[in-house]
Amino acid sequence: MSAIFDVRNLKKTFGGLVVTNDVSLSMAPGDRVALIGPNGAGKTTFVNLVTGNILPNAGSVMLGGQDVTRLGPTERVRRGLVRSFQVTRLFSEMTPEEHVALAILQREGRSGKMFASHRAMPDVMEEGHTLLSRLGIAHLARHRVSEIAYGQQRLLELSLALALKPKVLLLDEPAAGVPQSDTARIEQAIADLPSDLAVLMIEHDMDLVFRFAKRVVVLAAGEIIFDGSPDAVTKDVRVRQAYLGSYADARSVA
Amino acid sequence: MAMLSNSDTLSVTSDRRARLTRDAVGVLVILALGVAGYVLFPNNLALLTRITAIALLVLSLDLVTGYCGVATLGHAALFGAGAYGAGIAAAHFGITDPVAMLAVGIIAGSIAGLISGVVVLRAHGLPQLVLSIAIIHLAHEAANKASGWTGGSDGLSGIMPDAVFGVWQFDLWGRTAYVFGIVLLVVTFVLLRQIVRSPFGMLCRGIRQDPVRIRAMGGSVHGTLIRMYIISGAVAGAGGALNAISTQVVGLDSLSFTLSAEALVMLVLGGTGSLYGALLGTVTFLWFEDVVSAANPFHWLTIVGALLIAVVLFAPKGLYGSLAAYFERRGRKNP
Amino acid sequence: MQTVFSIGVDALAYGMVLFVISIGLSVTMGLMRVVNLAHGAFAMIGGYIASYAARDLGLAYAVAVMLAVAGTILIAIPIERLLYRRIYGQPELTQVLMTIGITFCIIGIANYVFGPTLKTIPTPETLREPVSLGFRTVSSHRLFVIACGAAVALGLWYFIERTAFGVKLRAAVDNAAMAAALGVRTQVVYAVSFAVAVGLAAFGGVVGAELLPIEPYYALRYMVTFLVVVSVGGAGSIPGALAACLLLGAIDTTGRYLMPEFGEFFFYLAVIAIVWLFPRGLAGRAK
Repeated sequence: MSAIFDVRNLKKTFGGLVVTNDVSLSMAPGDRVALIGPNGAGKTTFVNLVTGNILPNAGSVMLGGQDVTRLGPTERVRRGLVRSFQVTRLFSEMTPEEHVALAILQREGRSGKMFASHRAMPDVMEEGHTLLSRLGIAHLARHRVSEIAYGQQRLLELSLALALKPKVLLLDEPAAGVPQSDTARIEQAIADLPSDLAVLMIEHDMDLVFRFAKRVVVLAAGEIIFDGSPDAVTKDVRVRQAYLGSYADARSVA
Repeated sequence: MAMLSNSDTLSVTSDRRARLTRDAVGVLVILALGVAGYVLFPNNLALLTRITAIALLVLSLDLVTGYCGVATLGHAALFGAGAYGAGIAAAHFGITDPVAMLAVGIIAGSIAGLISGVVVLRAHGLPQLVLSIAIIHLAHEAANKASGWTGGSDGLSGIMPDAVFGVWQFDLWGRTAYVFGIVLLVVTFVLLRQIVRSPFGMLCRGIRQDPVRIRAMGGSVHGTLIRMYIISGAVAGAGGALNAISTQVVGLDSLSFTLSAEALVMLVLGGTGSLYGALLGTVTFLWFEDVVSAANPFHWLTIVGALLIAVVLFAPKGLYGSLAAYFERRGRKNP
Repeated sequence: MQTVFSIGVDALAYGMVLFVISIGLSVTMGLMRVVNLAHGAFAMIGGYIASYAARDLGLAYAVAVMLAVAGTILIAIPIERLLYRRIYGQPELTQVLMTIGITFCIIGIANYVFGPTLKTIPTPETLREPVSLGFRTVSSHRLFVIACGAAVALGLWYFIERTAFGVKLRAAVDNAAMAAALGVRTQVVYAVSFAVAVGLAAFGGVVGAELLPIEPYYALRYMVTFLVVVSVGGAGSIPGALAACLLLGAIDTTGRYLMPEFGEFFFYLAVIAIVWLFPRGLAGRAK
């Protein structure tokens, strides 16, 4: 299958410091890829480069066969590259229903409408309700976000990304900060993601990575040092070196 | 989904009914207060009309500050543009039909809103505030120097509006102007209720809370804010035009920093992010000003300052916000 | 040529006055992240006290200056304790409202106590005579103002770069939470900086009274001027503030010499143009 998302030879330097060096990564629709790496490996910079928050010094980002390297973050989202945030960024004074409606309307280019309420749009209401039910938070649709639990906010974060109907979804530590009791719910939601969607998950939790990913990419010191199957990653010498001495050493990688 | 849609349509219609009821109540309250003002203060209609005009300015400020989170100290530029636009149209171009003057004011205000928006939204934080203050001073100086058009510091006079729709003459007691103003306010209020509740209004509230999130949803922050600025300009321009029509003179004070700051005080006094708050704040402030400055004009500025400090310290949500929170709490205790 | 020279001297003097007044604002804004619209009001209070001391009580100019600085700090301390402390860390709109409220109060009280007229501060004989520089003569007052500005800049530089307090101050500007964790008593740093800032504002208000005349609406008239210094120069940056002041001094003075009718108009236009060009300040790091 042809690549929906293709990063080629991406390079970024801050002053003299090379933070991303010659990074290439290609994904096809339906791919489930996990991006891991020790702290300071350049994962955050990579996400910012891919989403368009910072511009690379060299290399390109292709989305659905089109070059989006010079496009801003907003334009990339509109073309189907959607991210979730590591620390939930929601509108604390709005309800989940409003969040999802806003995302749906935004996707359809209807968010500029001035003389109609989203509540009077049955298609939007129904799609939003379906989405929230699928993630199990429909019963909270009309509560303020500031009143709902963090685990449920993470689920809303996920439904917000899904409401944009992405082609490529970047999940930045989707279970970070969530109490143990709620992680199963989130993991289930991730497992249920549409099968034609390409998902790139940036994650620390190796258990989650192994359950989710069909392919693991390891970033260390700004370079990709491994790109292969989850089984092979633990046996790779360079990966072991990269993680040696860090927390992952004590866990499943070592 | 077929099972869901039934209950959904039900909730859609009941929602709409609830919203319409609330809006109808709002409109009725404004109209009732309007009639009460007319009956109770027949000799003070000029003041009440001025309150109406300033209320439009404060509503307009609420759109950008309360709903979009842009702090500005130069919003009177939009009001002044409407006032001078309508005034110049009447005094220099013979456009004396009040509805046409109103239209000119709205257009002038929208253009001023567009320009202000483009300039103010260039920066954030302190530089943004500096830009907004510089704009109002610049507009004030421009109007002062272009005295051939604006009358400079003497004010622009010679504004003689015709009868409204050729029927209702503007009278000495200001009755026509008052009714004209109240109708304008009600129409604006209904339109704005629609806008703040629309997807566009939701987008604006989202931008105030987290612009980064809006961008990550593919939303255009800058474009949306500029659009809101233009709408805000139209509303403020309507207020300015109403002021020009009712007082038949336009002074430099309509383009002043003081008016900009006072509008912000009124908004915060009433409560930001709510149209009712904006109205309540305007009425309270201007009524208070009328009482106090009649008693002791020397200390007016001191009292405004003290009032502002008191609101920040003791009622940061404003009068309407505090009342709403109080009733919400009571409602929870006694469901 | 004489015109160019006098514009140059006046511009330099004006820029230095702006610097003396606004540098305190810049440092406190960098430190406490408070949008303080009332800073000019403290300069105005200084001017009123000096005018009262020198003109009405007949005290010497130097004594009047010292009284003005001390008196303004005394007035500012309770204001800081009771009002400013409440708005540290609050949203920008809250800070704007509080400080504009303070400004309005001060203007109203000044208007009531001293009346709406312009206040002069009689300068000593030596500052009124022109000084010959060999090839040109200049007003000694202008020279005095320029020297004051240079002295303040040097003194502050020494204070911030070379003293133990300066180290704490820089640490707190950089990262207040970290500085506090390292044992810096940030409340003390805040209080001292605020007092110094207010004192400098008062000093600038007095020595600059011939260029920025003292009257009740002083605090509003020059509000944007002081704020633009900070927003262009970058909060907390002495070189940035100095550069911004000299630039603004040059623009304002040139405008008033060449187009006295449209001086203010072009000044505000220039302010918009400068902020438009440098929305993040000259150094690109203003918040």
